[in-house]
This record gives sequence, C-alpha cells and structure tokens, in this order.
Amino acid sequence: MAENGFRSATIAVLVDNEAGVLARVIGLFSGRGYNIESLTVAPVDESRLHSRITIVTSGTEMVIEQIKAQLGRLVPVGRVSDLTREGPHIAREMALIKVVGEGEKRHESLRIAEAFRARVIDATTGSFVFELTGATDKLDAFLDLMRPLGLAEVSRTGIAAIARGPRTI
Amino acid sequence: MSADQTQSGAEVILRALKEQGVEVIFGYPGGAVLPIYDAIFQQNAIRHILVRHEQAAVHAAEGYARSTGRVGCVLVTSGPGATNAVTGLVDALMDSIPVVCLTGQVPTHLIGNDAFQEADTTGITRPATKHNYLVRRSEDLARVIHEAFYVAQNGRPGPVVVDLPKDILIAPAPYVGPSGNGHRTYKPRTEPDRAAIAEALRLLKGAKRPILYTGGGIINAGASELLREFVHLTGFPCTSTLMGLGAFPASDPQFLGMLGMHGTYEANLTMHGCDVMLALGARFDDRVTGRLSAFSPGSKKIHADIDPSSINKNVAVDVAIVGDAGRVLAALIAAWKADETPPEREALAAWWRQIDLWRARDSLRFVQSPARGAVIKPQHAVKRLYEMTRGIGREVYISTEVGQHQMWAAQHYRFEKPNRWMTSGGLGTMGYGLPAAMGVQIAHPDALVIDIAGEASILMNIQEMGTLAQYRLPVKIFILNNEYMGMVRQWQELLHGGRYSESYSAALPDFVKLAESFHAVGLRARSVDELDGVIAQMLATDKPVIADIMVDKAENCFPMIPSGAAHNEMILGVGHESEAAGITDAGLVLV
Ligand SMILES: Cc1cc2nc3c(=O)[nH]c(=O)nc-3n(C[C@H](O)[C@H](O)[C@H](O)COP(=O)(O)OP(=O)(O)OC[C@H]3O[C@@H](n4cnc5c(N)ncnc54)[C@H](O)[C@@H]3O)c2cc1C
Ligand SMILES: Cc1ncc(C[n+]2csc(CCOP(=O)(O)OP(=O)(O)O)c2C)c(N)n1
Repeated sequence: MAENGFRSATIAVLVDNEAGVLARVIGLFSGRGYNIESLTVAPVDESRLHSRITIVTSGTEMVIEQIKAQLGRLVPVGRVSDLTREGPHIAREMALIKVVGEGEKRHESLRIAEAFRARVIDATTGSFVFELTGATDKLDAFLDLMRPLGLAEVSRTGIAAIARGPRTI
Repeated sequence: MSADQTQSGAEVILRALKEQGVEVIFGYPGGAVLPIYDAIFQQNAIRHILVRHEQAAVHAAEGYARSTGRVGCVLVTSGPGATNAVTGLVDALMDSIPVVCLTGQVPTHLIGNDAFQEADTTGITRPATKHNYLVRRSEDLARVIHEAFYVAQNGRPGPVVVDLPKDILIAPAPYVGPSGNGHRTYKPRTEPDRAAIAEALRLLKGAKRPILYTGGGIINAGASELLREFVHLTGFPCTSTLMGLGAFPASDPQFLGMLGMHGTYEANLTMHGCDVMLALGARFDDRVTGRLSAFSPGSKKIHADIDPSSINKNVAVDVAIVGDAGRVLAALIAAWKADETPPEREALAAWWRQIDLWRARDSLRFVQSPARGAVIKPQHAVKRLYEMTRGIGREVYISTEVGQHQMWAAQHYRFEKPNRWMTSGGLGTMGYGLPAAMGVQIAHPDALVIDIAGEASILMNIQEMGTLAQYRLPVKIFILNNEYMGMVRQWQELLHGGRYSESYSAALPDFVKLAESFHAVGLRARSVDELDGVIAQMLATDKPVIADIMVDKAENCFPMIPSGAAHNEMILGVGHESEAAGITDAGLVLV
C-alpha cells in the first residue's frame, strides 16, 4: 500500500471499565475528525474491570498512527493494538435481519439464507428474522440479496476482532 | 486499609490536598462547595485565594504552576463556577500545565434532574482536560484526589477535574494516603529507547548544518541545565518556541532567539536550511512550521517528546524518541561523550558563518525617535522595561496577555532562566496575563512580577485588580496601549485591505483612575521622554501598578511569516527589503 494512501485499520483497545470511558473514545474521534466505521464495546474479563473496544477506522498511515497515539494517551486506556498491522486477524460481526414478504420471495429468501448459513430465529407467516455471523462483506452481500426480497430491518453488532494464532494483545 | 471514618468528605479532601503538598488554592465559593469552604475555614495549612472570576482562578493556578514547577490547585462551585473555569482548563491543556480543579456538583441523587446549578461538568470538561472524575462513592474520594495529582503531573502535564457531589462532601469518608504506584494503568514512558538514542546520535555526529529546536517540554522536564550542557558540548545552534523561552539563556551566543511566525530571521532560516534537526519537547505547532510542505525540506528530523501523539502528528520525522526531555538529554550527552566519531567541525564553523550573516540582518530592529514628545514604539517600551529590570537584585517574572504586545515581549524581553515567562501560547487566551501574574506573585512574594498587556486583553480579567488589592499583591501591569486590538488590526491591514472591522478599542477606561479605584497606583507615559520615569516609578512602587504606556497605534509586529508561507518567505520590518512571497489563498483561511 502506498505510504500516503488511505488504509483501513481494525484497532483493539483495552480500557479500564470506568464511567465515561466510551464517551472519551468517541469524543476523541469526533473532536479530531477521525472516521469511525464500526465500534463495539463490552467487558471482557471475569472481574469486569476491563472492557475491550474494537474500532474500525480509516485514514492515511500518519493519521492511523496518530489515532493510536491519541487513544494511548487517554488515561484509562491500557493497550492499543492495530490488528490490521500486527499480523493476520479475524473480524466478525453479527446481524439480525428481518425480511417481510410472502410467496415466492419468501421461499427465495429462505433458500439464500441456507446458502449463507443464516439461522432463522423468528418466523411468522409473513416474516423471518435471520441471524447471520461473518465477515462484514459476507453480511453486506447477504443484505444486498435480501433487499429485493422484502428486507425490512437490520440490526448489526459491529465488528469484533482478534489476532490469529497464539498471539494476544 | 486503615480507614478512619470520622471525617467528612470535605475534610478528607483537605487532608489529601495537604498530603499532596498543596499550600494554596485559588477559588470562588458557591452552594455546592460550601462544605469544603467550611473545612477550609477550620484549618490553617492551606491558604485560599479568593479570585473574582473562576477563569482567573485557573489562570492563577497556571501561573503558580509554571513558575514553581508544582501542581496548581483550583476550587469552584457547580454549574456556572465550573463553566466559567472551562477556558482556563483548555488553556492549561494546550500549554501542558499541571492543574487540579475541584468542582462542586449537585448531590448524587439529583444528578441528571436539571437541578439548581447543575451542569454536566465531566461531560463539558472531557475534551478540556487531560482527565476528569466524578466521585460517586465516598470510598473512592481520597484515592481519586491523589490520582488526580499523579495524572496532572506525570507524563505530559495537564489539567484534571474532580467533580464532587455535595452529599459526598458531607458524608463521612475513609481516608487513604497516596498509593505507591500512582495509577493502576497510566504509566507514561520516561526513559528513552537506547536504539533510538543511538540512531539520533549517529545523525547528530554527522550533522553539517544542525539545529536544536526546543520547546515548553524542556520547562516541563526541568531540563534547562542539561540542555545548556548539551548545546555547549555540541556547539550547535539552539532556537526555542514561545513556550520554551528561558529554558536556554537568551544571552548565550548559541541562542538564535525564538522561531516561528514572529521569530527571528536567523532562527527560521536556520530551521529552513538545516540538515539535521533535533526537536526536544516541542510540538511542531503551525505557528512554528509555517507551510508544512515547505517546512525544513532538506533535513533529517529527530523528535523527542514524552507524548507519543506529539510525534509524527504534523511533521513526519526520521527518528522518534519517546521519553522525558531530561532523560533524553542525559542519554544524548552520555552517548556523545562515549562516541569516538569526531563531529563535523569545519562544516559546523561554516554553518555558523552563514548563521551570523542571517543574524546581521538584525531582524528585530525598530526605529525609535529619541526626540522630545516622540511617540513611543512598543518594542522600545519592552526593551526599556527589560533593561531597567535587569540586574536589580530581584527575580523577575513576566506574564503577558495575547496579541502584538505578547510577541514584542517574547522578542525584546530576554530570559536567562526557565519558569520566568508565563504566556498563553496554544489557546492564546486574552485575559490570561493578569491572573497568571497573580498566581506567580503568590508563589514568589518577593519577586517582581510584571504583566505585559494590551489595552484590550487587560479588560478581559480586569476584575482581578480586586484580588491584587485584597492580598496586597504588588503585580505591575504594563499596558502597551495602542488603542487597537493590535494583532487583529495588523492582520486586517495585511490581509483584509485595511478594513479595520471592529478592532478599534473604543470607549476605553481611564486606566490611571481605574487603578486608583482598585486601590492601586496608576501611571501614564505619553511620549518617549516620559517612559523611563514611569518605569522607574512603577518599579519603586510597593503596590499594584497599572502603567498605561501610550504607544504607536499603527506599529506592526515583524518579522512575520504570513499564514501559509514558508520559513524563507518572512516579511521583515521597516528598513528591510520585503521578501514576502505574498499570501496564498490557502494561507488566508489559516488563523
Ligand atoms: C499571537 C500568538 C503568536 C504566536 N507566535 C508564535 C511564534 O512566532 N513562535 C512560536 O514558537 N510560538 C508562537 N505562538 C505559540 C504557539 O501557538 C504554540 O503555543 C507554541 O509554539 C507551542 O510551543 P511548544 O512546541 O514548545 O509546545 P508546548 O505547547 O509547550 O508543548 C510541549 C511539548 O513538550 C512535550 N513535553 C511535555 N513535557 C515533557 C517532558 N517532560 N519531556 C519531553 N517532552 C515533554 C509535550 O508533549 C508537548 O509536545 C504564538 C501564540 C500566539 C497566541
Ligand atoms: C479571548 C480571546 N478573544 C479573542 C482573541 C483574538 N485576538 C487575538 S489578539 C487580539 C487583540 C488583542 O488586543 P490587545 O490586547 O490590545 O493587544 P495588542 O495586539 O494591541 O498588543 C484578539 C482580539 C483572543 N486571542 N482571545
């Protein structure tokens, strides 16, 4: 990739689980004009003292380095890891997708769902709710196919990501 | 935990402050903090200075902090007390000044109810502080206060707010002392990486046209001595930002003066033409770099800073060193001495010959008519102030407001020691200088403290004259009165076709009478023959003084790098040929 070109970065941040920490991270991005393409957060240890925030952002190499440095200087931030840079990683998100329709379209949506290994987690005679987990582009592709078949509502979790192999952040 | 439960939250706070070494708090009372004021009333260890506006409390704490190297402490009430403090907090954030600001808050059960004088203080101050806290449980109180002091002064210093609901102040709270390790996770790196030091040394030893670009971080680090040692060891030229003035003695022949928009010709051209730049505790501010694409185009850049986010932010550098400036300098000195490679002596001598040619342009020159009745040039006023306060056997501290006078002070008042220069650089807050001077005078009761002011700026916190009177603080306010918001007028002259929109200081008060009404002494100099007499009288007066120095209304501050221009496109002043490249459209949008 060109040094000055844009790139996407998936950044994992371990934070002290204290009041306002998410607002700090989001305020940093809005205040300094960085992109947020996805942001997820949840406590990740037994004692619930730490949360992991996964952010997908994009920018030039210099901006991404700056984002990491800015995150790192927030007082409750423990670790910042650029999963995109630090070796192979896996990123997944989950979506709940409501498709409303009858007849042939309804059957077609079910066939496609099977091909994508989406699960039916709610059904009425006029609707389905599918649950689909996968990489972002897989979810996007599925949604594109559902659109003409009565796609009514989507809820996506945003991305959770982790490094491949034994490496931890 | 040997917790002693007999004290109220307010008492615990005072005990924690005392243990943190706080001697002075700058504050203003109100309903939400009355329990703290009650606790203050019942003790003597900590002195409270009652300001006249909460913004001034923060600036006073900044002046106190910058002149002592300690943490400044502020106490304000909820709602409007906290919102009034915000400008001061952002000022301290931008200039890396350690301040702990305690704010009152409505009782925990009322938070979120739009209660009387409730404001979302932690929400409002989140981007205005290095860190902030809302204390919701009595058992967290003492720990949070100690942590606030740790965070304010470790790593890159900055302001920390502790928001204190009233019920927490009243309820009994356990006391704990400071923990050994300051903070669970916040542990900024201070020791530089050895490989980075080695790489920096290799570049420095091979440098033919080197420069040291130093900034406020040297003052934060208390590393002036080490800086001097390193500069003398290497024989390199040294320049400083506005915030770093005093870290290296102005009288030293290796000092090139301030760089940047209003810096000297020699400092900026040395930056432009260098082959190796060592930036120490400076943050490549736009006021310093000028047009980024033309900033020091041919140099290898080494940047040492305690805050990794300062490095590669505006300017991409070749060697990044994260660490405390003092530790970095010590490591560089040791490495320089241990390394056998001879430095480029001949090249360096040639570099100095070139620098001396630039110096000979005398870019700070101005012309003062000595004739009786001649109008005072503002530069001359600062120069005379400097000359008449030098070697008087007292420590001298200078603060400024914001504008042309600030730049003239930076150019013509020469600082030999660190922590003597208090100015609002990053935020550029008019109204900073008087309260900052107040804080300095509290910390240094016997020193001579002067606020070099503009007539517009001084009105922004003029109410603090009352504080000066109450505490008998003999601060001297030296107004360069040009009857204009001079810096604005200058930009309008140079960039907006001389359309002086709203920049005239109309309906000014009579500053002599104003001083007198605040129990101070008012003096005025109208022409150059009156100047020395007024300065002498001001210095001989053991009370606060306002010296209203009527100066040339049309004087511009030069040299100047226009916004969006490069270092080698400076405009020099009168008597210099203009080599201005003109202002680009891109430059016009810059401030
Ligand atoms: C009207 C006006 C005109 C101005 N014109 C100029 C001008 O001509 N020239 C000029 O220089 N400025 C000028 N300024 C000021 C300018 O806006 C900036 O405030 C200033 O340049 C920043 O100084 P600095 O780089 O030293 O950084 P500071 O703001 O002092 O920041 C200090 C840096 O050091 C780091 N640091 C802190 N502690 C340590 C430590 N212990 N060890 C190592 N690093 C540390 C920090 O992380 C930070 O990066 C002007 C301001 C105004 C209001
Ligand atoms: C609080 C605030 N408001 C506005 C500005 C913009 N500003 C910068 S300099 C200046 C004029 C200052 O005038 P004065 O204090 O008379 O100083 P002079 O430039 O004439 O020396 C103004 C309005 C500012 N820096 N701070």
